[in-house]
Amino acid sequence: MKLDAKIPEGPLEQKWTKYKSSVPLVNPANKRNLSIIVVGTGLAGASAAATLAEMGYQVSAFCFQDSPRRAHSIAAQGGINAAKNYQNDGDSVHRLFYDTIKGGDYRSREANVHRLAEVSTNIIDQCVAQGVPFAREYGGTLSNRSFGGTQVQRTFYAAGQTGQQLLLGAYSALERQVGLGNVKMYARHEMVEVVKVDGKARGIIARNLVSGKLERYFGHAVLLCTGGYGNVFYLSTNAMGSNVTAAWKAHKAGALFGNPCFTQIHPTCIPVSGHYQSKLTLMSESLRNDGRIWVPKKQGDTRHPNDIPEEERDYYLERRYPAFGNLVPRDIASRAAKERCDAGYGVGPSKMAVYLDFKHNMMHKYGRAEATKQGISNPDDNTLLRLGKELIKEKYGNLFDMYKQITAEDPYEVPMRIYPAVHYTMGGLWVDYELQTTVPGLYALGEANFSDHGANRLGASALMQGLADGYFVIPYTIGNYLSNEIHTKPIPTDHEAFEEAEKRANERITGFLNIKGTRTVESYHRELGLIMWNKCGMARSEKGLKEAIAQIRALREDFYKNVRVPGSDSGFNPELDKAGRVADFLELGELMCLDALAREESCGGHFREEHQTEEGEALRDDDKFLNVFAWENKSNHDYELHREDLNYENIKIQQRSYK
Amino acid sequence: MANTMNINLKVWRQHNENAQGHFEEHKVQASPDMSFLEMFDVLNEQLIEDGKDPIAFDHDCREGICGMCSMVINGRPHGPKGGVTTCQLHMRSFKEGDTVVVEPWRANAFPVIKDLSVNRSAFDRIIASGGYVSVNTGNAVDANSILIPKEVADTAFEAATCIGCGACVSACKNASAMLFVGAKVTQLSMLPQGQAERESRVVAMVDQMDAEGFGACTNTGACAAECPKEIPLSVIANLNREYYKAKLNGK
Repeated sequence: MKLDAKIPEGPLEQKWTKYKSSVPLVNPANKRNLSIIVVGTGLAGASAAATLAEMGYQVSAFCFQDSPRRAHSIAAQGGINAAKNYQNDGDSVHRLFYDTIKGGDYRSREANVHRLAEVSTNIIDQCVAQGVPFAREYGGTLSNRSFGGTQVQRTFYAAGQTGQQLLLGAYSALERQVGLGNVKMYARHEMVEVVKVDGKARGIIARNLVSGKLERYFGHAVLLCTGGYGNVFYLSTNAMGSNVTAAWKAHKAGALFGNPCFTQIHPTCIPVSGHYQSKLTLMSESLRNDGRIWVPKKQGDTRHPNDIPEEERDYYLERRYPAFGNLVPRDIASRAAKERCDAGYGVGPSKMAVYLDFKHNMMHKYGRAEATKQGISNPDDNTLLRLGKELIKEKYGNLFDMYKQITAEDPYEVPMRIYPAVHYTMGGLWVDYELQTTVPGLYALGEANFSDHGANRLGASALMQGLADGYFVIPYTIGNYLSNEIHTKPIPTDHEAFEEAEKRANERITGFLNIKGTRTVESYHRELGLIMWNKCGMARSEKGLKEAIAQIRALREDFYKNVRVPGSDSGFNPELDKAGRVADFLELGELMCLDALAREESCGGHFREEHQTEEGEALRDDDKFLNVFAWENKSNHDYELHREDLNYENIKIQQRSYK
Repeated sequence: MANTMNINLKVWRQHNENAQGHFEEHKVQASPDMSFLEMFDVLNEQLIEDGKDPIAFDHDCREGICGMCSMVINGRPHGPKGGVTTCQLHMRSFKEGDTVVVEPWRANAFPVIKDLSVNRSAFDRIIASGGYVSVNTGNAVDANSILIPKEVADTAFEAATCIGCGACVSACKNASAMLFVGAKVTQLSMLPQGQAERESRVVAMVDQMDAEGFGACTNTGACAAECPKEIPLSVIANLNREYYKAKLNGK
């Protein structure tokens, strides 16, 4: 299979502009006769559904949650990037483009990333127009902060709940179209099959999670905006329901899966506390603006952190990466934390944690500024702390509260204990410049696609990509496909392709219920997660990956013999929903290990122990691996690897350095 | 398991919307560091292993922001602690040997789906009736051309932090949705972007709220007291003001 990314001709800065002005259009009368299915209602899905409906298409939107507002974009904390240069600090579209490519360790497409940087500014304008209450300065202008891997302040935010505010903006736009009758919304529905007619995506089979019934829906095109698959690791910062099912069904229906092993392990999460743990909680990267990361200089130091004097602390990020300090990209910060803990410097009961400490900035940055403002000369330490605490509270209050709630420790008084956790997946369905998968008419947006973040995503860029894809990219690119579909009449859902797809879904469900074994779905998921974390997590090796593949295969076999799924296929049965999702994770996990095994280099978040520099940094092999791995599902356990070469015409490829 | 505690649970079981419900008793061994929902995970695994029907409950992000979890715990929505959702409640808030009663949200407008899961789509329909600014994609001006004083932005943000969980309705003896509607109306009525539809919005949203079968507000303040995001009662005063102003102007 020859992969064609369909990147437009011409200079990088003009590709998107030229594309937009030459892409075929669909006239308003024809739009009314074309229907689009949108699966998932997070930032990408809600923004796409709303925008396409505003344009006049007939849209049906699906989410498995009880309301579109619950999609996991809601939990994004720190912010959204945009090249506005409001801070006059030298930012530009080119710099955002460059930072993103470099941050991704040179494994993403230039043209896609440049487009992302271009439309980033429109996103902020659109969200503000919707009434999204971003943080502001006293003069009424928008406020910015910094995120990792950049040296400018380009991150827009709403306290520590930016994702919530952006999603509620997109959700409002979506509900407006629901109210106007342009979108039909199906909540508590899960997509379980893509329906293909003559090679093109023409609909889906969705399971109504309340009635348990399988339902058939036709669409001239199908958009998957179904998020990432971090939950393959069982413990992650994803929501409990986040899953790969829709993307995996698309993969099995012929859509290639791009770079499946590219996983983002976020450096600042609350550490695991017990075996019953169901998920991990992120502490936003924005905290690294004001928090300093350290471990004791002495191995196995059990003193209380407040009793360890300054000179006995190792601020290892500031030591190793003076140019970026605590704001190095996530993959680097995570590996550095693991390195310290593995070497015996970890803290807390499990010794698998490092400190994130706000005291210095609370006193000397915020406390001192506020004291000056209030005219207090020679403030003592307590005054500085008290004044600084107020400002820290304003910036990160909800995160500090959440930390205290979970750990029963007060981060205003003692440093946070943090450790890396699975957070995001850069891999996903392979898409071309138009966001179309290798199945015509089937698109993937947002985290569900592989497209813009290479081997490591920079902070505050996921919200940017989700909204870019939904508000500003797909509304144009889908025209290139749908302009050829204006003569296609709706296909009745008693067509044999729908019959067969429903039959497949039904057999799978009955299959789960009929196993009647002894082990819970949860126990399989937990076991899979542990294999993935230990062998396909922050460090990977040939030996470990081969072991993991064998273990996952055995686990999957056991699942189909011994799993117990209670209840029936009619009515509300969350255990049955979970069984389907875990079954797909068991297949995906194997593919991720295969991908990690085949990519014999280290890049971004993909760290192969065999390939590292003397200083322990990721060592790329650009001669062999300057390409995207796109996997085709041939049959059970049989995958064929296709490659898309990445051509860097505008950026000089270098060894990534943040020193 | 080190440091365990024994909890007696009385949980509401109801097979579907139309079935008769009842309380069922269970004993669970929990750890103080577990979240309340993780305690339910442990119980459900036990029930499945024993060949019984696990308890259905809604949950998703488990970090207090998606608004999906919804349990009335010992008579209080989201349990005994202020300012947290059920998923952020930890077992250290209970004592060894405690009996804990767990029920679903109870309101006519939130019918039970199964056990502790309810249908809250009425909230979506209220937003669809007017909880937005009508601005199509592509119509926006430069973001900094709309200057908004920090205090206004902060107050609008405070109202906008509502997670739509429905605890306010559940806490109210009248099952009123005024805090939920007031939060959205307050956010948009304060901001310059919300002015064009300010009057039509509040009337449409209140009409839809009534049509869904939510009760009237009698100002007891239980909603604000139980709101996990601490949305202040002042949004209801503001909602009333906005509504009467719109009505006086003939909307």
